[in-house]
Amino acid sequence: MALSRIQLPPEARRGEAVEVRILIQHPMETGLRRDTHGNRIARNVLHSLACRYNDVEVFRATLSSGIAANPVLRFFFRAEKSGELEFWWLDDDEVEGTAKARLVVT
Amino acid sequence: MKRRAVLALGLLGIPLRGIAQANAHVSTTDPLVYALTKGKAVNAGRVRLELPKIADTGYSVPMTVRVESPMTPASHVRAIHLIAEKNPMRDMVSFQLGPHSARAEVGSNIRLNGSQRVVAIAELSDGTFWSDAAYIEVREAACTEDG
Repeated sequence: MALSRIQLPPEARRGEAVEVRILIQHPMETGLRRDTHGNRIARNVLHSLACRYNDVEVFRATLSSGIAANPVLRFFFRAEKSGELEFWWLDDDEVEGTAKARLVVT
Repeated sequence: MKRRAVLALGLLGIPLRGIAQANAHVSTTDPLVYALTKGKAVNAGRVRLELPKIADTGYSVPMTVRVESPMTPASHVRAIHLIAEKNPMRDMVSFQLGPHSARAEVGSNIRLNGSQRVVAIAELSDGTFWSDAAYIEVREAACTEDG
């Protein structure tokens, strides 16, 4: 599973727009490059990512090779009650990844 | 329009540029745009695409898109799409948002195959489409084909 890092404030007030940032270690291989022997390197792009907050999907992204290696995604969601922010993603090699962060809502 | 009238509009602070460039960003017959909009008009405005003017390399360029929207169940942004004019894969990324998003703002780091125009199209809950474009000069391209 790919390494990832979530940046999220530990606390938020109810109703507040909370910014979250996730960085995932991934080559985002375009499929256009060749190795030193001239063989094409197969495309491997992290193409789908979703984020659920208290079991409600709050964000989804469909990515292509137009996103840099080690993709960063930044978005907002509304703090409603304390709970888990769960990320899920999938790449072309059918490798899934998940990451979680906790938000305390006051 | 007479020159005097144009001048007067300018003095009144009416953005002439906005009028002249309405919908200059997007070709609605572009198959990639058509797949998103099903041929609906794409209006210029409401969306702001932020990119640096110049990037030393195209490997990782910070990008932010903001859309003017109250983000309520009745009126929100459904999706934001990013299209590169000169990348081998022109559809760069699509974000699905909703009233839970609270704020219609997303960011990522994009890859660019040389200097080009990037277009952001937002799809709103009322079924309308809005767009913005930004030109970026890239000194060293990423992902050159057979590079």
